[in-house]
Amino acid sequence: MKKSPLPFLIGIAVIAALGFGATKLFGNQYYYFAAYVVLQYIVLSTGWNILGGYTGYVNFGVAGFFAIGAYTSVVLVKTFHAPMPVLILAGGAAAGLIGLGTGYLTLRLKGVFFSIATLALAIVLQTFVTNWDYVGGSRGVYTIRPKTVLFFDNYVEFLFIVMLLLALFAVATAWLIERSWIGRGLSAIRDDEVAAEAMGVPTLRLKLFATTVSGFMMGIAGAPYPYYVTYLDPASGFSLAYAVNSVAMPLIGGTTHWFGPVIGAVLLGTAQQVATVTISSAVNLLIVGILLVVFVVVAPEGIIGLFTKRNRKRA
Amino acid sequence: MSLDLLGNALVAGLLLGGFYAAVTVGITIAFGMLDIVNIAHPAFIMLGSFIAYFVNQAFGVDPIAIGVVFAPVFFVFGMVVYRIYYTAFERRGQESIRGLAFFFGVLFIGEVSLILTFGVDYRSVEAPYIGAGINLGPIGVPMRLFLPFVVSVVMLGLLQLFLGRTFFGRAIKAVSQDRLALQLMAANPARIKELAFGLSIGTASVAGSLLIIIGPVEPSIGRDYIGRVFAICVLGGMTSVPGTLIAAFIIGVAESFTSTFYGPSWSPAIAFGLLLLVLAVRPAGLLGR
Amino acid sequence: MVALLEVTDVTKRFGGFIALDSVSVEVQEGERLGLIGPNGSGKSTLVNCISGVLRNEGGAITFDGADMRGLPAHRRTRLGIARSFQIPKPFVSMTVLENLAIPLEYAAREWAHPGQVIDDAMAILAQVGLAEKADQRSHGLTQIELRKLELARAVAAKPKLLIADEAMAGLSSTEVDDILNLLLMLNNQGITIIMIEHIMRAVMMFSQRIVVLDAGRKIADGAPEEVVRNPAVEKAYLGE
Repeated sequence: MKKSPLPFLIGIAVIAALGFGATKLFGNQYYYFAAYVVLQYIVLSTGWNILGGYTGYVNFGVAGFFAIGAYTSVVLVKTFHAPMPVLILAGGAAAGLIGLGTGYLTLRLKGVFFSIATLALAIVLQTFVTNWDYVGGSRGVYTIRPKTVLFFDNYVEFLFIVMLLLALFAVATAWLIERSWIGRGLSAIRDDEVAAEAMGVPTLRLKLFATTVSGFMMGIAGAPYPYYVTYLDPASGFSLAYAVNSVAMPLIGGTTHWFGPVIGAVLLGTAQQVATVTISSAVNLLIVGILLVVFVVVAPEGIIGLFTKRNRKRA
Repeated sequence: MSLDLLGNALVAGLLLGGFYAAVTVGITIAFGMLDIVNIAHPAFIMLGSFIAYFVNQAFGVDPIAIGVVFAPVFFVFGMVVYRIYYTAFERRGQESIRGLAFFFGVLFIGEVSLILTFGVDYRSVEAPYIGAGINLGPIGVPMRLFLPFVVSVVMLGLLQLFLGRTFFGRAIKAVSQDRLALQLMAANPARIKELAFGLSIGTASVAGSLLIIIGPVEPSIGRDYIGRVFAICVLGGMTSVPGTLIAAFIIGVAESFTSTFYGPSWSPAIAFGLLLLVLAVRPAGLLGR
Repeated sequence: MVALLEVTDVTKRFGGFIALDSVSVEVQEGERLGLIGPNGSGKSTLVNCISGVLRNEGGAITFDGADMRGLPAHRRTRLGIARSFQIPKPFVSMTVLENLAIPLEYAAREWAHPGQVIDDAMAILAQVGLAEKADQRSHGLTQIELRKLELARAVAAKPKLLIADEAMAGLSSTEVDDILNLLLMLNNQGITIIMIEHIMRAVMMFSQRIVVLDAGRKIADGAPEEVVRNPAVEKAYLGE
């Protein structure tokens, strides 16, 4: 409640500056591709965690919200040649609205039904997209990167910076929520929803807020994706990898603190980028799944939890 | 719209529905009666399907027989899974996020393990009745739908008898109906729940073998069943085996009609749509605290 | 004078089971009301209907002149009804102080004044004797400390009416006195209190008036000495 915001804000500014600087110094495109994925997972994990870790409601349909962002971009690029900021806002808004709608239908029931609804939602969205020819259906759709872009040598570096800014935005939002009275209300809902309601917390309203913000974040993570991947089909847009990683990264990193999803995304994301070169992507995902189960059983408060426990024992 | 088409769609829907009930009854027990959100249930079903495939291909054994023979193995496996779940989560009162994430992880590990072992191609079994059918006038009744239907109904009937007439069965019902009272009396229903969960997974062995008789399978189709299974369970009143059967018929017929008149790719959306509808109308048993 | 809380002909059913059958109670401002009755008589159900956790099917509940129909629990808390839970439900991830911050920020609407929240919280903790535990999480607290936290949290909602649901159950004799004095002190500060208890000496010492429920019906309502001698009350507790 009392810490100064200055260190955090300075940190954000420094990282942004470093990012810009890097694009001027390093030419090897591979690093930008890899960093984009890790940054994307920071956004997805942080977004997931606002509803999952802070509020206690688990979204298993992250792939669906991500794909909403991606496919909204496809539609806007195809129809209007819309610029990146519009794509991001529209993708986020669409995903946020779907989150709000799902929440409105299910958040008055036991938390489990929200989770099941998100799982089923992702599958249904995939069905819709597969049947929608305008966005390519099952055949997929091509999105061509512009040859030139302001300030940057190429579009990939631009995408990297876009995702870096989105990641910083996501983390800053989570940090803001966490240290505010709204964040405390969400924690109260997670700890004991009945008691929270009895203590004056408008639980339904806060849950809908968290769902919308969370959905928005997952949508903005997906908005630049068609440009990143250039060929988008339902299999890649709704990939299994998003589903498990967005849940595993916060759970492994730590769900009660904004830094947890970041640690999880950086560690797991980087490891997977390195590993995909050497082992198959299926084995990759299997390991993530196993890590998820192990951490959930053995270290429920994640890596951050392991550190705070050690500190508490010393104190 | 021809009457023949309608008739065939109806019959196919009912037969499919019977099978869906077999898939769902495991959830009716685990989720409806024991409040364990085992979203990994489809993974166990897929495991059953692939075991049936493997043994059938290697030894030529009838798939239904495989499913029944392996049911005790799945039963034990289910008890082990419950033990882990209980020790890690239920005992500490943390079923909500952690338990869900646990089962999600299991679902995921299941699917990916199957992909690694068997690949992503469609697999099917061979049996003399697959491909055969009988004709009741204009209605064709494929054996690959009819036999699973029969087996499903028999399995559900046996379960219903078990729950109503045996000691353990009634103990399971008691646990489901008076969870709170049992908790307040510090009685430990864990033993009963362990057996019940084992039973729930045991049904997956049979359901899996039926699934691969009905049609070819590949590891990811388990996910299509998640929405269906919970939709049927909720629609059927959560704790009732007959309710599960009726709800399964409804969803089976709805899917069959949609598939016949609009195309098969919309089937997963039907169950989900119905689930949302049911949740929106909100029967009292679902209200959150 | 209009009563602070008016419960009129309230009925609550769970399926076929009638938990409350046309119960009517009035509570005046500043009053100390005891609510007693055998197990299963509907006391908790009545509390849940008043606080908004449950919706009653029949009858009306009016608080401070306002009809409570359709209002969710958090709104009723903001209007001035606070309750503690029979089995304490602390916010386990938060410190004792943060537990009080929630009702202060939400029910008492002090979210815009973080400094005042801390001051108010420490003052309440000092009142109940938990000031040294302010920075601890709840899982290290003893039973009585948990009960005090439960009450402190309800007080932090700055209520006009506080419902203390079996706050003394299972405590030792001195601990019961501790809670009793706390409730009396809160009442002196102007908070109307409904005490639900099984510990008769506490109820008798605390209450200005006692209401007795049995099998969902009110069977007695009056001064403690009268209620205790009421044959219907004896029968309810001891059987025929």
